[in-house]
Amino acid sequence: MTDTNTQPASAYDLSHETEVENVATFTLLVDNEPGVLHRVVGLFAGRGYNIESLTVAETDRRAHTSRITIVTRGAPHVLEQIEAQLRKVVSVRRVHDVTRDPNGIERELALVKVRGTGTERVEAMRVAEIFRAKVIDTTSESFVFEITGGPSKIDSFVELMRPLGLVELSRTGVLSIERGAEGM
Amino acid sequence: MTAHQTIKKADSAAREMTGAQIVVQALIDQGVSTLFGYPGGAVLPIYDALFQETEAHGHRLRHVLVRHEQGATHAAEGYARSTGKPGVVLVTSGPGATNAITGIVDALMDSIPLVVITGQVPTHLIGTDAFQEADTVGITRACTKQNYLVKNAADLPRIIHEAFRIATTGRPGPVLIDIPKDVQFSKADYYGPDEVTFSHAYAPRTKGDPGKVAEAVRMIANARRPVFYTGGGVINAGPRGAELLREFAALTGAPVTSTLMGLGAFPAADPAWLGMVGMHGTLEANNAMMVAIGSRFDDRVTGRLDAFSPGSKKIHVDIDASSINKNVRVDVGIIGDAASVLEDMIAVWKAKKYEANRTALDSWWRQIDEWRARRSLRYRPSNEVIKPQYAIERLYALVKDRDHYITTEVGQHQMWAAQFFHFQEPNRWMTSGGLGTMGYGLPAAVGVQLAHPDSLVIDIAGEASVQMTMQEISTAVQYELPIKIFILNNEWMGMVRQWQQLLHGERYSHSYSESLPDFVKLAEAYGAVGIRCEDPAELGDKIRQMIDTPRPVIFDCRVEKAENCLPMIPSGKAHNEMILPDDWDTDLTQVIDEAGKKLV
Repeated sequence: MTDTNTQPASAYDLSHETEVENVATFTLLVDNEPGVLHRVVGLFAGRGYNIESLTVAETDRRAHTSRITIVTRGAPHVLEQIEAQLRKVVSVRRVHDVTRDPNGIERELALVKVRGTGTERVEAMRVAEIFRAKVIDTTSESFVFEITGGPSKIDSFVELMRPLGLVELSRTGVLSIERGAEGM
Repeated sequence: MTAHQTIKKADSAAREMTGAQIVVQALIDQGVSTLFGYPGGAVLPIYDALFQETEAHGHRLRHVLVRHEQGATHAAEGYARSTGKPGVVLVTSGPGATNAITGIVDALMDSIPLVVITGQVPTHLIGTDAFQEADTVGITRACTKQNYLVKNAADLPRIIHEAFRIATTGRPGPVLIDIPKDVQFSKADYYGPDEVTFSHAYAPRTKGDPGKVAEAVRMIANARRPVFYTGGGVINAGPRGAELLREFAALTGAPVTSTLMGLGAFPAADPAWLGMVGMHGTLEANNAMMVAIGSRFDDRVTGRLDAFSPGSKKIHVDIDASSINKNVRVDVGIIGDAASVLEDMIAVWKAKKYEANRTALDSWWRQIDEWRARRSLRYRPSNEVIKPQYAIERLYALVKDRDHYITTEVGQHQMWAAQFFHFQEPNRWMTSGGLGTMGYGLPAAVGVQLAHPDSLVIDIAGEASVQMTMQEISTAVQYELPIKIFILNNEWMGMVRQWQQLLHGERYSHSYSESLPDFVKLAEAYGAVGIRCEDPAELGDKIRQMIDTPRPVIFDCRVEKAENCLPMIPSGKAHNEMILPDDWDTDLTQVIDEAGKKLV
């Protein structure tokens, strides 16, 4: 793109690569029916939006609703467009932008496998204590830690474990809910 | 996970039927009188129920047998667009469903209400790669407004009635219902449209925000160069939408332009009409902006976004919230139905006693008249060959006083039809705008003629497009539908040829229509009537002959082969940097720069 204006030269240049991208977390309440996840994921794939993490589970069996939390990234007006597109899906009941909500809470769970002996093993255990990670499996040369927290806390933990023998990482993706007494 | 059943028990109304009978009964209760389809193994129970329904009740639900499932969807689109009612399609599993998909995507892009019923292999065979099995709901999830796989006949009444509601309300679109064969055989109670409770919390917003409406009207009242840029949303809002647009335009004194999809909402005969906006729109329509109503700032309209009316204030009314601020940032975005919002705007205008700013408008109209004086739709007439523009002008002159409907294929002929055929009423113009589907026009004409048996229905076609769904002329012959296929035959995929001339150094790669059929003989082979015209002097008489023939006609109108469709906003140029007919003698191959050549 040659222009630095706010509008790209053509609809075909709507990549917005020059714009600042933000991370956003959307929480969706959807009808729990076959294909509903595909509708949401397909919308992201079909329109070229990123999915950084995705969690989904039924949350109300009687009302047949599931909750989907999607972390995505994009320029502000792309995020606005994502929200509008999500609202259009017939099976989507509610859409909430957690990132823009001061009361939004985000949490993630990770399982982290670390292999090492001697001082590295002691250091891994010490870091885990600081982060209040739980040891859920151990052998003479490895640990599996369970850690919960905001995504950045987990990122920091993983970075500290890397030089200490990080073997494998499994993350749930972000879950979110609002502070206070009100429901979605 | 199974779909849940929330139907209220009302024993007095309940009647046990097979799934197939439920389908037929639900269609009747939805007021469906015409259905386009093609039978096959997985829908035979529904076809059997249709047979029995006709034996018992005559033709209150007419099934129209097409020749290819794509034809069924386009015919249903033509039916829907010309009546405002949903189009209904019935096809079988596997290839039946996949063949229907082009029309389904077309309907999604152009906001046409369709309910498409597909057969599916029996539930116990789903996932086994059974004969004629395809994952129809998987394939169509991205190209329908909503779709359903029905695994239990008891869910059918709710799903079918909900499908009609979703297809026809909010931003209309296609809804698909996939019904396995065993579900068509199994029995369940039937419930009518008022007896079912929908399972989706679907409630499209139709009323615009009053504060934003008031703000928009204030801006319009103060605007020095206002223009209404209207789209298919005004047509979809029903006849009332077009009436209100006319009323509001008269109150404000503002000119009106429209997208391809919106033609007819504002009468072309009105002095305030500027012609079509966009890539092949008129100069005057492309130089001012804008109160956008039911139009979506499509890339065919805007051209270069950074140069798209940068200084103007923009108001955008759309029933689809995701259309607002998608391609162009607007100052006021109003989510709502075009007719409802126009009604509110008119009420505010009158309540506030706003008056059109005559002084500003006078100078605005002088500017518009200067642009009009450049006659951007000019072409070089000829006595030797039929100019395609002339052909459309003659056609218009000879049919304008009759009750008529026009469909088109896609390409140069479509743009010439949009430029030179003038529409005075909504729902009279059926064209594939968003998807740009060659092969749309002929089956669409079949659907239109079924809905309007006594009207003149003309498919303005190109010789390449029309061959994509030519088989549907057989449907027209079977049902005695006197559609007219008016082919502007230039022996080229004309728009492809034009782009190759402008963008690809005149390297005409595979755009020449080799081995064309003799369209007159082809018409006769199908049992239709063929007419050929090569001489401009004979054109009027032959068009009259076509109009007076009470049977389907294929009119092979041989036109100038290398004519370009102008004006044109070249790729990568702004909406007001047009190639005008003044540029006849410039080298058109040099007009578009390298960056522009990469665009579509």
